Formats: sequence, structure tokens, C-alpha cells
Amino acid sequence: MAPHFEEPTQVDPDAPLHVAPKLVAPEPEHCPGPESEQAGTADNCAGCPNQKICASAPKGPDPDIPVITERLSSVRHKILVLSGKGGVGKSTFSTMLSHAFASNPSLTVGLMDTDICGPSIPKMMGVEEETIHVSAEGWEPVWVSENLGVMSVQFMLPNRDDAVIWRGAKKNGLIKKFLMEVRWGDMDVLVVDTPPGTSDEHLSVNSFLKSSGVDGAVLVSTPQEVALLDVRKEIDFCRKAKIPILGIVENMSGFVCPGCKHESQIFRASTGGAKRLAAEEKIPFLGAVPLDPRIGMACDFGESFLDAYPESPACKAIRHVVRRVAEEIGMQGDVLEGDE
Amino acid sequence: MPLENIRHIVLVLSGKGGVGKSSITTQLALALSLQGKSVGVLDVDLTGPSVPRFFGIEESRVRQAPGGWIPVEVHGKQTLSSKQTYGDTGAQGRAANGAKQESEQHAGPLSCMSLGFILSNRGDAVIWRGPKKTAMVRQFLTDVLWPELDFLLVDTPPGTSDEHISLLETLLKQTAHTTQLAGAVVVTTPQAIAISDVKKELNFCAKTGVRVLGVVENMAGFVCPNCSECCNVFSKGGGQVMAQEFGVPFLGSVPIDPAFVMLIEEGVRPRYPKGTVVEGRVLVEREEGVEDKEGLLVDKYRDCSLAPVFEGFVRKLVEEVEGR
Repeated sequence: MAPHFEEPTQVDPDAPLHVAPKLVAPEPEHCPGPESEQAGTADNCAGCPNQKICASAPKGPDPDIPVITERLSSVRHKILVLSGKGGVGKSTFSTMLSHAFASNPSLTVGLMDTDICGPSIPKMMGVEEETIHVSAEGWEPVWVSENLGVMSVQFMLPNRDDAVIWRGAKKNGLIKKFLMEVRWGDMDVLVVDTPPGTSDEHLSVNSFLKSSGVDGAVLVSTPQEVALLDVRKEIDFCRKAKIPILGIVENMSGFVCPGCKHESQIFRASTGGAKRLAAEEKIPFLGAVPLDPRIGMACDFGESFLDAYPESPACKAIRHVVRRVAEEIGMQGDVLEGDE
Repeated sequence: MPLENIRHIVLVLSGKGGVGKSSITTQLALALSLQGKSVGVLDVDLTGPSVPRFFGIEESRVRQAPGGWIPVEVHGKQTLSSKQTYGDTGAQGRAANGAKQESEQHAGPLSCMSLGFILSNRGDAVIWRGPKKTAMVRQFLTDVLWPELDFLLVDTPPGTSDEHISLLETLLKQTAHTTQLAGAVVVTTPQAIAISDVKKELNFCAKTGVRVLGVVENMAGFVCPNCSECCNVFSKGGGQVMAQEFGVPFLGSVPIDPAFVMLIEEGVRPRYPKGTVVEGRVLVEREEGVEDKEGLLVDKYRDCSLAPVFEGFVRKLVEEVEGR
């Protein structure tokens, strides 16, 4: 086939979600999507071995969506943590956000890890060896403390280092299970950590959660343009998918040498960093968190950095960001334990 | 077949994002080019392509020709002058190290292909599900008209999902002879969090039968430009331990060099505090207030402290790949 040159059509994030029918062959290149309205009837469907299956599949909305909405009706706030770029600290920030909320004993916090191929949350939370317990009411999240529950694919792997070699459709299925089967229960905040990019996981989380309502997304970036470039794409994604943006956090901004206290910009903000991007895109700038080697160490050991080094500048910066997030989602009163 | 012009295909993989896959790919490409090899770089990170930015060719667009796409050329075959090469510390140094002084250097041609060259707006999101990504990866492998290449480096997104499965399926089907797919370079950073994801990638390689040519530990240590004390920002040594555990070669560690970031972000020729020596080579001294932005990326890269490190990696790689 001759190469086609136009920008290929994008997935419509607004399309109502239907049940994906069971296919007999992989979707071909120009498949309109087995869940779409045109499934089985579009021009590209001619000759596809799945055509009949797609055409006769029920076209109603996914019957699982009301189940998810019901499950999550007792979860008051849902926050997505997104970034177009990998390794900027999405998971680190998600854990700190959860720890910070959970430091208030009157709040119950959930943390869901939708990074199927590279789950880091369990290790950062120090619960890597746990497995999921299944009861009559559903899957029980792994409880890190009395009021902080976690769910991740890592808990389901027979061996810790197993690769999860899954295509998109299979990942979507598991994310749906996380929302449908897990007994999140009565919860104040559910933080959803995502993998980098703008693909299956993001589209699915968004469409599954749409009817139960998402408070919004926190975008994480590092200061260099290489990372901001991908975060711009994520902003575009949020706008197209109609996910409210709570704001942007700049991580790893500045590094203070432990020897001479000289501050270096390891990841130099040659284009003004996240602050300028936030101003350009007219989204709130939630704050900048400096690079502190102890954050990475705390994550490696599965400890809460906020508890271990409450006096460090990085901890103060994080608490400031969390307070701003709480403001953005309209949580009342003193959310953080120990704030003056 | 479009891949038949290519002698060796090397994948750059990592289970973790942001560990420097694209940065390592870029430097391997530059280092290979400096050894006179002809190099191609294919970026299959569809939702976050960074290769155009790394090579400073974000404005470039892919051209279409009968039968396929023409990759974007970073530089053609070059002869780089001997001036300003590392090891050259001015007239005195030259007199003393007359024998060591490098003569002119030949650089092989370098070209790139990325989805970034096709998007009309650099901030646009590419919102694709799996099948669409699969189709694009397949097209990148079958419809790009690469020139004669010694090496094709394939930069990948993090994870072990659609792009990776499609990439390997197509490559295993398309490659004419079994040695064409030389193997993979696996990138990690030293922290345990990154290592645990990268172990998954090593298991992916084992499962799919891809040979691991070596592990590179990136961001290992940061030398404070003020006091020259090395600080392990993301801890240290994890990459080597992991390579031993899995019985795969360890290529080496790469420290964080702010001068390299400056080179990529702003095109400034790397300069260092007086007396900086890397791998036995004296680096060019920094002068206050002077920023040199002239010249090709590959020429400027020769002055970077990481260039000698990557020269070593590439020597090992070429030996590993061609020695079979």
C-alpha cells in the first residue's frame, strides 16, 4: 500500500463508549474501532473477518458504566495525575499527594495505579510483596495505612519482575476491573496515577470515569523544554477530552549541592519552565518542587518522604502544592495534618 | 524491501520513562557518526516524540517520494576540522602532546524519522489507541526509504506494550537475515524504582528472544559545576548490579552533564571549568560570558564531556555486533 501522508484521524474522546465485541482477528489498520458507531458498516470494514461480529454487536452504551458509577458514588473527589513525559515524577507526586491527604486521619484516600507495563506505586508505598484479597463484595485494595488504600497490577503478578506484555485492549480491560471490582468504599479522595502518553489508558480512564465525574487533572513536568513539549500535548489531550486541568507542578526544579549549597539547574528551564507554560496556556501553576536526592531514596525504600523529612524545603514545597490542589477541588478547612 | 539497506538494527529500550532513552539514542548516533558510520534514527515513541528536539530539527518535515517517505537528514558525510577537538588545550598543550593531537575527523551521514516530523503543530496530542499505533509502527518500518545505513537505532516509548510488540513482530518478519536485528541497548537510572521497571524490560527481551547488547546506567551522579563534588542525585551502582543479576553486559555509567543539556536545549558548545579531565582527556576551558553556538551538532558534541564516554560504548557495541 502506498504510504499516506495526511495526519491520521484521531480517536474521538467524546464518543460514547460501547461494549467491545469479541473479535476473531486483530483490528485492521483503518478500523473505525469495534466499539464505534460505524463498527462493521464503515467502508474500511469491507472484507474484514470481524465485520459480521462488529455489525451485529449491541450498539448501546457499555452496561458496565453504570456499575462503575455506582461503585464510585461514595468517592467524593477523583484526581488524575498526568504527564506526557515519562520519569518526571508522576508516581512520586501521586504517592506524596496520597500520603499528604492521608496524614489527616479523618480522610480516607485511595491510590490507583493505571501504569500496567511499569507499575511503580507498590514499591514506592512499600507494599510490593502484597497480593489482592478477593471477598464477596469485590477486590480489597492493599491498605498501606488505616486510611490509605492502593491498587496496582503489581499485586497480581506471580513474580515481581515479570513483564506485562499486553496490547491496549487488554490493559483497558484491567483498568475497568480496577474500577468495577475493587471495593473502594467510602472515600474522600481517589488519586489515579497514569503512564506517560496520550493513549489507551488515558482514554479508558476518562471514558470510564466520565459519568461519575472527575475533579480534574494535575499535570507534572520537569523544567526542560524536552519535557514541556510532551506536557503541551497532554494539555491538548485534556482539552480535547474535556478533563478540567487543576494545574501544573514543576518537579526537579533546581538542585542544591549538599556540599557547597550552590543551586544548579540540572534540568535547565531554557524556555521559562512550567511557570511560563502555565501562563501561556492559562492554567494554574501549583508550585515548584526542588530536586532532593532524599525523595528518590525515600521512594526506593517505600517510605513517606513527608514523614521522614518534614523540615526539608522540598517537603514544604510539596505541602504547598497539595494545599493548592485541595483548594482547586474545593476541599474545605484544614486538609493537611499539622498545618498552621 | 526497505530495510535491506541496513546492516544492523539496534533497539534502545527501557521499562521506565524519562531515564534518557532518547538522550542515549542521540549520543549513540552522534558517537557512531563520529566513527565514520552511516546512521539512521527511528523514533517510535508516537505520543511523545523527542528525537526531533534532540537533534534540533523540530521544524523539519518528512518528504514523500514514490514508494515511501524520505527521512530527515541531520548532516551528510562530513569532514570535521581538527581545531577545538578535545585534548587540545592551546599552543602549549599542542606542543607537549604533539603526538596525541587529532587530525581531521570523518563523520558518517545521519538521518532521522519521527512522528514529530508529520504533525502540523508541535503541541498537538496524538490520541491513538493500540491498533492505530501498531499500523504506524509497521509503516515506519516498511515505508521509510533509508539510505545505505551501517546502523539503525530505534528509540522506543517506555513500557512493553503495543509499540514494542508491533516493532518486534514486524522486525522478526521483515529482517532478511537473523543477524540484522543486532539486539537492544537497555537504559536505566540507578534508583531502585527505575531498576524494578527495567527488570521487566529485560524479561521482555528474554521472552521475545532479543539479545541484550548492554545496559547503560544514565544520570549516575552529578558533578556540581561550582565545587566539582560529585553527588549521586539518583543514587548509584544499581545498573551494574542489575546487569550482573541478569547476566547481560554492562556498558557503563553516564553522569548528568548540564553542558550536554545546554547543548541540546540551546545549541551552546560545551565548555568546562579549567582543568576538567574526562577519560584522560582535557576538556576545553570555559571563558566567562562567551557562548559559541556555531557549527553542527556533531561537531559541538565532540567537546562534550560525555563524548569520550560514548566513544567507549560505541566501540564495545560495534565489536559486539560486528564480531559475530
